[in-house]
Formats: sequence, C-alpha cells, structure tokens
Amino acid sequence: MSGKLDLDPALVAQARELARRAGQPVTDLARTHTTVSVERAMLRLAGLDGADEDGMPWVNRLTDAVRESSGLEHGAALPVWDAIRCGGYPDLRTLAVDATAGLVKFRLPAGHEAEAARDAAARSVEKGISLIDGRRAERDRMIAATSDPPNPWIYLIVATGDIYEDIPQAQAAAREGADVIAVIRSTGQSLLDYVPEGATREGYAGTYATRENFRLMRAALDDVSRELGRYVRLTNYASGLCMPEIASLAGLERLDMMLNDCMYGIIFRDINPVRTFIDQRFSRQVHARAGIVINTGEDNYLTTADAVDAAHTVVVSQLLNEYFGREAGLADAQLGLGHAFEINPEVPDSFLLELAHAQLIRELFPDAPLKYMPPTKHMTGNVFAGYLLDAFFNLAGVMTDQSILLIGMMTEGIHTPFLSDRDLALENVRYVRRAAGRLGGSFRPEPDGFVAQRARQVLAEAIDLLRTIGSQGLLNAIAEGTFGVTKRPADGGRGLDGVVERADGYYNPAAEMLELAGGRGGSSPRGGTAEVRS
Amino acid sequence: MSLAGKIGEIGIVRPYGDTTGDGRVQLSFTLPVPFGDESERARAEGAALQLAAKMGMDPAMVVHAKGMGPDFTFFIVYGRVGHVVDLSAVTVAEREFPVLPAAEVNLRIRSALGRKLVVVGACIGTDAHTVGIDAILNVKGHAGEKGLEYYREIRVVNMGSQVGVADLVARAAAEHADAVLVSQVVTQRDAHLTNTRQMAAAFHAGFVRRPLLVVGGPRFDPGAARDLGVDKIFGRGTTPREVASYLVHALAPAGAHQ
Repeated sequence: MSGKLDLDPALVAQARELARRAGQPVTDLARTHTTVSVERAMLRLAGLDGADEDGMPWVNRLTDAVRESSGLEHGAALPVWDAIRCGGYPDLRTLAVDATAGLVKFRLPAGHEAEAARDAAARSVEKGISLIDGRRAERDRMIAATSDPPNPWIYLIVATGDIYEDIPQAQAAAREGADVIAVIRSTGQSLLDYVPEGATREGYAGTYATRENFRLMRAALDDVSRELGRYVRLTNYASGLCMPEIASLAGLERLDMMLNDCMYGIIFRDINPVRTFIDQRFSRQVHARAGIVINTGEDNYLTTADAVDAAHTVVVSQLLNEYFGREAGLADAQLGLGHAFEINPEVPDSFLLELAHAQLIRELFPDAPLKYMPPTKHMTGNVFAGYLLDAFFNLAGVMTDQSILLIGMMTEGIHTPFLSDRDLALENVRYVRRAAGRLGGSFRPEPDGFVAQRARQVLAEAIDLLRTIGSQGLLNAIAEGTFGVTKRPADGGRGLDGVVERADGYYNPAAEMLELAGGRGGSSPRGGTAEVRS
Repeated sequence: MSLAGKIGEIGIVRPYGDTTGDGRVQLSFTLPVPFGDESERARAEGAALQLAAKMGMDPAMVVHAKGMGPDFTFFIVYGRVGHVVDLSAVTVAEREFPVLPAAEVNLRIRSALGRKLVVVGACIGTDAHTVGIDAILNVKGHAGEKGLEYYREIRVVNMGSQVGVADLVARAAAEHADAVLVSQVVTQRDAHLTNTRQMAAAFHAGFVRRPLLVVGGPRFDPGAARDLGVDKIFGRGTTPREVASYLVHALAPAGAHQ
C-alpha cells in the first residue's frame, strides 16, 4: 500500500517496539502459567465431549477432580492418562464419570509411567489437532469450489437466542449479500466458566456458543455457500472465561473468524487480567493453527470514551493486539484489528476525522484484514438520520480500503434488527460500493492538510501512551485505569482462582504442539497467502 | 390564532402531513408473502393495503414494495388515518423518579455527596446466576446502556456469586457502601424471598445508618419491597440507567449540597 499520510517509518517502527516491550512481560507470564480453561481445552482436543445430567461438561468435572487430587501445576495430561492406563479405562468419558463420583485417585506419574502417560496423551491430542488441520483444508476446498468474495466483506449479525431461528435468518442474510455471519452470544456467557452443551433455543439477547450450535450453523452456511457460489464465513466469540475451549471448538467445527481481544474481557467484563492473558495466548495459538481470522474489540473503547479524545487508545490497543497475535503465531492476514465510526456527528469535520483515523489504521497495518464497526453511540432512534450516518460510515469504509464492514442498522439500539432493517442496510452498502467503490484510489489527502495532520497527531499520542504503559508495566497500566474508565487490578476480577503456575515438568501436549508448529496464516479478505511461520 | 392552535386547545388533534387535519401518516412493515411474478406482486400489494385499512388508513397508498428473498415483502405505505387524538384522555405513566442521563447522574452525586457513591453488589445464597447483577454493574452493561462501573462518580464493588449474607454485610461496612445491590434469579422453594429477608434483617440489625437496599430479579413482585425489608425491587428488563437514576433519587436528591 502506498502511503497517503506520509507517516514516518521510524516512528511506526518505534510504536511497534514500544508495544512489544509493553507486552513481553505478559507473554512471559502466559508461558509460565496455565489455567483450568487451557487444561480443559486440551481435554476437548483429546476428544472429551458431553456433559453430566446437570449440564456441567465432563471436561470441567475431570479437570476439577484432577486439581483436587493432584493439582494442575504439572498439567492435567499426565495424571489423566496415567489414570486411564492404571484404571484400564476405555476412554476419557468413562474416566470422567468415575472421577466425578470420587472413584479415581490421580497422581503424578514418574519414570517410564510418566513416559507412557505422555505418549498416550500426545496421541489423543494429536487427533484433535489433525481434525483442526482437516477443517482448515476443508475450508480451502470449499472456497475453491465456491469463490472468495471481494473486499470489503460484508459482516452481519444474527442474535435471536434460538439457533433454529438464527439459521434461516443467517441464510436470508447471506442471500442478500452478507459475506460473514456473526452469531451474537447470549448475554453473560463470557462469565460462565464452562461451555454449555448441545443445540440451544433460549438465550438472552443472543445464542449460546456451543459446539453443536457451531456445527449446525456452519452446515447451514455451507449449504447456502454452495447455492450462491460464494463462501459465507461464520463468526463467533472466543472471549470470556472459556476462551481456549471456545477457540478449540471453533477450530474443530470450522468457524472462520472469532472475536478475540487481548483486553476486552478485563476492561468490560471484569475478568482477571492474568487469567485473560494466559487464556488469550492459548486461544490465539489455536486460531493460528485453524486458519481463523481473529477480530479484536477496539470499537468498544469508543463506546465508553469520546471517539476523538480516545482515538489513540484504539491504536495502542491494536499495536498490542498485533504484538500478542504475532507472538502466538497469527499471520498478519489473520489479524482482524477493530475500530469504529463513533465520532459525534455534531462535531465539525467529524467525517474528516473519521477518514483520518481509518486511513491511519489502514497504513499502520497494511496486511491486516481491518474490521470497521458502524456508529452505535450516536444512533438516536431517528432511523432516517441513522440511515444517513450509516451511509457515511460505508463511504469512509470504501474510501480507506477497510477489509470487513460490519453493517450498520438504522434501528441500532432500538431492537434486534427486523428482517427489513437488515435488507435496507445491505441496500445502503451496495449503493455505496457501486457508486464509490473505487473512490479510495482517487482519495489523496492533502500532504499537510487536516486529515494527514490529524492522523500524525493520533499516532504521536499513541506513542506517548505506549511509552507510559511501558514504563509502568501493562498490568499496572490496566490496574490504573489506562484503558476504558475502570481500574482492573491484576489480583482482582473473575477467574484468578483458575490460574496455576506451571511447575518444572509441566506437560500439556496441546500447548506443546501449538507452540512448536505456530500458525500457518489464514484465509483473509486481504487475499494474499499468509506468511508461513517456522 | 392558527387553526392548528385552535384544534389543540379543544384537545382534539389529527396527524399532520402538510395541511392541518389531513391525518397523513407513513408506515413501513414486512409481510411474509412472496413478491415474485406479476400476480404475486399484485396480491402482496393488496395484502399491504388490507393491513393499512385495518389499521385505520383510508385511503392508503403503497409507495414502495420490495421482495426480500423468496418469502417476504417490505412495504412503505402512506395514507390518511381517520382516528383522532383526544389530548384530554392522554395518560402519562407516573414514575417515582426521573430517568437521567449519565452526565446528570454524575453531576448530582458530585454536588450532593461531594465524593463517589459506593455500590456493593452480589448474588447471595447459592445463586450462581450473575447475569442480572453483571448486566447492571459491568461496564459492558445491558440493552445498549453501560453498567454502573461506567459512571465516573459511582464506585462499584462486585462481589460475584454465592456470597454469604455475613460477608456482604462486612464488605458493605468496610467499603462504606451507600447502596447494596442484590440479584436473585433462582426461585426454588422461594429461595429468593428467604434470602432477601435474611439479608435485609442482617442489614437492619447491623447498622445505625444502613445502606440503601436494592434487590433485582425476574421473579420478584416490585410492590413487595416493604414486606421484604428492602428499599426497592427491580424486575425483568431493568436497565443500568434506571438503577443509577433511582440511586441518585434516593441518595443524592436534586438541589442537595454536601
């Protein structure tokens, strides 16, 4: 991409280096700790599915039993596969049932017994990783057999709470032009420390993320992809207390994109920062392997803070998300960094400011499939004015070459979109694409004009903030309330009790395989084949 | 005086398009009918006109019809409604407190208290359903509204689920809580009522100036506050802004100064 803003490459490199320095200590923390959800994700990859009669998944029951009996600091794998061998269990499920009933005494095996447990665990998890590889290849075949839509991808949300209502709505949306379908999760799922099971028909303002719901929706979108000759992608949320598990289920069921932000759960859901960073690293390693594009959540910052004043916090968070993402093995083509069109329309030159921000981000992350979010904060209930604002959002999106456009609804904040709201929204974006799709090529901000200056100012502010974060440490910065309006101390929030420091000899076959292999890039809307990490 | 003014005085009005009393309105809606070939289109428009007529629009005109997929049609209809509005018969639901924007809530707390308002929240008893309390407290919020953590002048302590009454009382005292928010979803054997009474009794016994006690949950009777010993009950669909506005109404009344 040729630069339109004349950004100083040295300054850009400095920003990246500051982000790395801020993030590195947190990465070290993630490498030396595990969580209950990381261990459960390993068990899921090894094939343990299902739940007991109370709906509590067997992975939770088994992990809890191991933790109680022998601790998790060496990982769940050695005690579990040792118990399978010693107890002559035919499979993980049978072991989990007995363990739940308190019939299994776990121990940390040593010597050749440890070797045997290691080998057995590795073989089981390998099967899960191969399944994910198979799903990835299947996606490539599906895209080859249908087609990959051009940029920007049109991203639409369904959220009925009932997977069987979501399916026809998603198919209808795809027929009307949606390239990506996101199924919003039920309110509060991010705070559940387990993943619900089965097809679900009751959610609050969204549908539970479950493996079966993933499978049903992906199958339905495969049908409609074949019908349309265009691959329709599926998105869900790997955030909250079960990030690693949901990422694994997404890989196993061929989801294509996942919401996965490095700090969202901390700031907006009061999930413990340490837990979040550990879970996040593992989940991103899974996404890297599965060829899943992550979507980060910077748009959220602008819903709580002023979009002009806080513009640089978006850039800071993107740089951190990029650092953490690359470190976990994600290719640039898998980094769907987020931002949003949330400046108050009453502000003079608001559209120019939006263009400056969007173009800055485009140039900072030239190979990332940027995800651009529509106005929500200043949608007033005047649906006619909202429709106009959404058109300006679409225009900014095509002018600055954004990769994924979440389609704005004129009824934002009023109700979950009507069928007709969605149809009108798609008509809006189709018009803008048809009328001005090539405007980006002719859009050249004046070298030292308002847009270019504003972009450089935001970058400078981002660098200042990164410097501050670097000097105090990222966890301290979060504790001090640097992001969003709330203070989140490292020992506060939910889920800290699920964090365990790894002991010498910690073994998690999934973590090991993902660490060694890294990601292999993703199929992204920027098109290019992603870089291969060795 | 204009004709419109006179009619307003009488208290009878009609919708205004471009002429007083013309009764003109616009309406958009979707019907689950196809809009494919000519006969389907004619039938769809007829169906839209029938609905418009039943809604009191006469005459009505379908100005836009568009098929959405194979099974649905979207319509925009203009027409004249025969209904009149009798202003003297308009009733306005009285609310004991006004719902305020966040800035106003913050301002009221600052001027009335001169410090942050402290809220301690929890799910008590064995209830592990934190959806309700989190929707009210977390920044993320609910129904498009940010939670109480978002308010600069409110300090939130969210104790999470399965909190014992004694722990809640102790924490409320330690934090100098102005208000305690308790959420109860599980209603087996009326657990929500038993828990709430227990909690209220403990606060009544343990404080000289007890914090404001607010309870929320889908199965409470909003009128039962006094009976349960609490100050306020919120039911299903309550938004964070309503709760914030109530707290300000009760603890930081307008015009009060520190």
